[in-house]
Amino acid sequence: MSGVSLEVSDLTVHYRTLRGDVHALEGVGFTMADGEIMGLVGESGSGKSTLGKSLIRMDSRMRHVRGTVRLDGEELPIGDQAAMTPFRYHRVSLIPQYSMSALNPTRRIGRMIDELLESRGVRPASVRAELLRRLDLVGLSGQVLRRYPIELSGGMKQRVVMVLSTLLDPSLLIADEVTSALDVSTQRAVAQTLVEFRDRGYLAGMIFVSHDISLVNQIADTIMVMYAGKPVEKGTAEAVVNGPRHPYTRMLISSLPEVGVTHAERRLEGIPGSPPGLLDPPRGCRFRERCPLAFDKCDQEPPFVEVDRGHWAACWKAG
Amino acid sequence: MWRYFGRKLFVYALTFFVAVTINWMIPRFMPGDPVRSMLARASVGNAEALEAMRAYYSSLFGLDLPVWQQYLNFWGSLLRGDLGTSVWLFPTPVSEVILGAVPYTLGLLVPAILLSWIAGNKFGAFAARGRWLDNTVLPVGYLLTATPYMWLGILLAWSLGIVAGIFPTAGAYGFALQPSLSWAFVSSLVLHWFLPFLSLFLVAFGGWAIGMRNMIIYELEADYSSYLEALGAPRRLVRRYAFRNALLPQLTGLALQLGTIVAGALLTEIVFSYPGLGNLILEALNNRDFFLLQGAFLFIVLGVLIANFVIDVVYVLVDPRVRVQMQGGAA
Amino acid sequence: MSAQQVPGGPVPGEGVGAGPGEAAAVGAPRRGNETVYFALRNPKLLAGAVVVAVLLVAALAVPPFLGGSPNAYVGPQAQPPSAEFWFGTTNFGQDVFAQFVHGLRSTFLVGLLGGGIAALVGMVVGFVAGYRGGLVDEVLNMITNIVLVLPAMVVLIIAAAYLEARGILVQSLFIGLTSWPWAARAIRAQTLSLATRDFVDLARLSGRRAHAIIFREIAPNMSSYLFMTFILLFGGAILIAAGLDFIGLGPPQGVSLGLMMHSAVSWSALQLGMWWWFVPPGLGITAIVGSLYIMNVGLDEVFNPRLRET
Ligand SMILES: Nc1ncnc2c1ncn2[C@@H]1O[C@H](COP(=O)(O)OP(=O)(O)O)[C@@H](O)[C@H]1O
Ligand code: SF4
Ligand SMILES: [Mg+2]
Repeated sequence: MSGVSLEVSDLTVHYRTLRGDVHALEGVGFTMADGEIMGLVGESGSGKSTLGKSLIRMDSRMRHVRGTVRLDGEELPIGDQAAMTPFRYHRVSLIPQYSMSALNPTRRIGRMIDELLESRGVRPASVRAELLRRLDLVGLSGQVLRRYPIELSGGMKQRVVMVLSTLLDPSLLIADEVTSALDVSTQRAVAQTLVEFRDRGYLAGMIFVSHDISLVNQIADTIMVMYAGKPVEKGTAEAVVNGPRHPYTRMLISSLPEVGVTHAERRLEGIPGSPPGLLDPPRGCRFRERCPLAFDKCDQEPPFVEVDRGHWAACWKAG
Repeated sequence: MWRYFGRKLFVYALTFFVAVTINWMIPRFMPGDPVRSMLARASVGNAEALEAMRAYYSSLFGLDLPVWQQYLNFWGSLLRGDLGTSVWLFPTPVSEVILGAVPYTLGLLVPAILLSWIAGNKFGAFAARGRWLDNTVLPVGYLLTATPYMWLGILLAWSLGIVAGIFPTAGAYGFALQPSLSWAFVSSLVLHWFLPFLSLFLVAFGGWAIGMRNMIIYELEADYSSYLEALGAPRRLVRRYAFRNALLPQLTGLALQLGTIVAGALLTEIVFSYPGLGNLILEALNNRDFFLLQGAFLFIVLGVLIANFVIDVVYVLVDPRVRVQMQGGAA
Repeated sequence: MSAQQVPGGPVPGEGVGAGPGEAAAVGAPRRGNETVYFALRNPKLLAGAVVVAVLLVAALAVPPFLGGSPNAYVGPQAQPPSAEFWFGTTNFGQDVFAQFVHGLRSTFLVGLLGGGIAALVGMVVGFVAGYRGGLVDEVLNMITNIVLVLPAMVVLIIAAAYLEARGILVQSLFIGLTSWPWAARAIRAQTLSLATRDFVDLARLSGRRAHAIIFREIAPNMSSYLFMTFILLFGGAILIAAGLDFIGLGPPQGVSLGLMMHSAVSWSALQLGMWWWFVPPGLGITAIVGSLYIMNVGLDEVFNPRLRET
């Protein structure tokens, strides 16, 4: 791992709604090294998908309020749909949560891929061999290109999407809950395949979004924990799992019976209380309401600081 | 494949059977027994026609025969192609009268259906592009579909026909002309055809435009669209896919709307005294020519069933999903 | 044109909770309040409702003030609109305005009855087919498909032609009995998706009877959908009735908007340039049915959060 490849600072993104802005990301800052696989965890609604979408394509309701994202030293114009287009697919790519339905149902898969490539200025013939090689790597024959999506099983479709999304060797891949719909053994296989993609250089770095810490722990180099629109802790997977600094992370980890055995979905939701509403988020530490260690100072916002080498946390008691 | 079409054909055959049965039952079992009272009143001027009517009714609704015998007789003559003799145009056989009117109705319906479907879909997809366009097209489209066919016909006949004097408002061609391939006749035919066609087209157009607008918005929010957009595919490609996929439910919609559009054509013909089936039905009603009325009914049902089947075939040709499933079923 | 809006369209009831964690995280007001909140801010719903309400009030409140029969010969013949006869008079000196407001009455009545009967049949068939499944479903589906492909209007023409006693009630009944199929299909599909939900399973396990489950668990959960279906059937019934009346198959002695157009065309109002005779009835129908459709779009947005934004 060398050099910084992704640098996010002070990223703030809101959703416009009729009742006002939902502060889905507030002052998010972190970095990722070249080749890093970062697991992104946090309970549902903590802003994981919003972060992922902000890095590739904001939907029409999202508003880039402030903050910057730099990829390989170059700033991404994330708030500008048109300016962002050249980066999409070539430099930043996505494996969506909905892989099973990500392919146009009325086009043969090969034709759809060709049309997509052409529209992005890539001659399909020039990547054909590579496409077939990678399909083979995930256990699919070139035959699937002549099929319609409906003719493939869910797992096959997911593998097609994995290959398609990474075909142009992006610098950053966002994999949003790609395993959530799968059974446990398939989850692991899919995650391992993504690691292999990284090892073969098909992607330079990856944000692997999941709410399953134990799965993340198996494949990620680093883990970032989000709570109510902010990162609360980031460090190497080892450090975060074995020596969590933030009370929220600690509660997450300790509620796992044995890391790496079961997936933690239910446990994550098992912490008493619920996260604050983001329409009008409270001042100070957003975890305060549910934090057993909360004290006076917590009505001020704890900064996200390096508490140990390569280990950041946002808590007054973490230092 | 055969299972799929077999099933469809079975439903259509059953529908035809039901239609014939309704056709037989309505005159026979309506409260007040209309057949009996009609024969009693015998309000038909022509004595010969009255005799024919009496003979027809007593064989098909034969008042002294057992009910099942009457029903079988009805089917018997139907299968022989015998729909009875028209009272209005005595002694022309009903089937002949109807066949003379069918081309006019088809000449209105087929272009109106096809063109409104194509243009409506294109326009609806186009409207879904922008907020402003959408906000104007949507209400106009809904108002068009809410317009009674005959009223739009009346308005067009009055404004473009009578007030502006651009188009004739009655008949299929000029009174003085005889059908021929001359320029005078053909231009008169087209001129007479235009307004009824236009009013049919417009009402149907509104419906398709709205339908497409709603469908394409749905498709543009579908997962495959989001994925393509995330990968930076241009709007053009995403729209092309969405449009094509939105056409499929619109094709189903076409099958569902056939009955309504046919009814619209009948009403429009009446406004313009256009000599198709609609006008025939009106004449049949005014002249109490019930053979003709029932014959027209069967013809229309048959036409709608055939059109439905054509749409089924087209659907299979354009939706790979149905094709794949059918092959899966056969294998 | 009523089936048009339904197939494939985003379906209310599925949209509940579509925004991920939105309701919980945002601390939304209670659902009922929220519906009212969005309803009062939806221009399509409001505009449609206002037009329908104005015409409904005209239909209900005005006729008593006019007194007498709307078909009575009360004025000079073929007069254009004036202070005395707002919508002018017919060839025979009948007051077009009086006919119009009375016609609105029958239009609303046919919509209510015809649409109501169609909704009732559609609901019964749809619920039973969707909930029961199996052979019952097969049979009901077959019946639905048959009635669906039969051109309703043409069947009605035949029926009305033979019918001696043609009242508005009989007309509504026949319209209701021929125009339910698409509603039954749509409701069946909704029922199928609801029937597999947990709360229905729970009710089933606790030994509730089928009709109790349908009316207590399933129907309330798709009430907004049912309401919108009814509105479409309401509009459809009005259009069919207008067509029948126009052919001359309406109530013989009655007044209706379709009959007004029938008389206008029969007595050469077009050739005589008596636009005031044929414009109001068609405009009335278009306004009512169009407003209902637009209202429905608004309702869809209110009930279905996914459609609200942008
Ligand atoms: N379209 C939207 N409109 C309004 N709020 C939204 C929308 N999408 C997500 N949110 C809100 O943004 C926050 C973060 O959501 P999300 O990024 O989807 O979380 P996660 O992926 O971690 O489950 C949540 O509070 C959610 O309610
Ligand atoms: S800052 Fe305070 S409230 Fe927040 S996590 Fe730390 S101790 Fe708890
Ligand atoms: Mg998410």
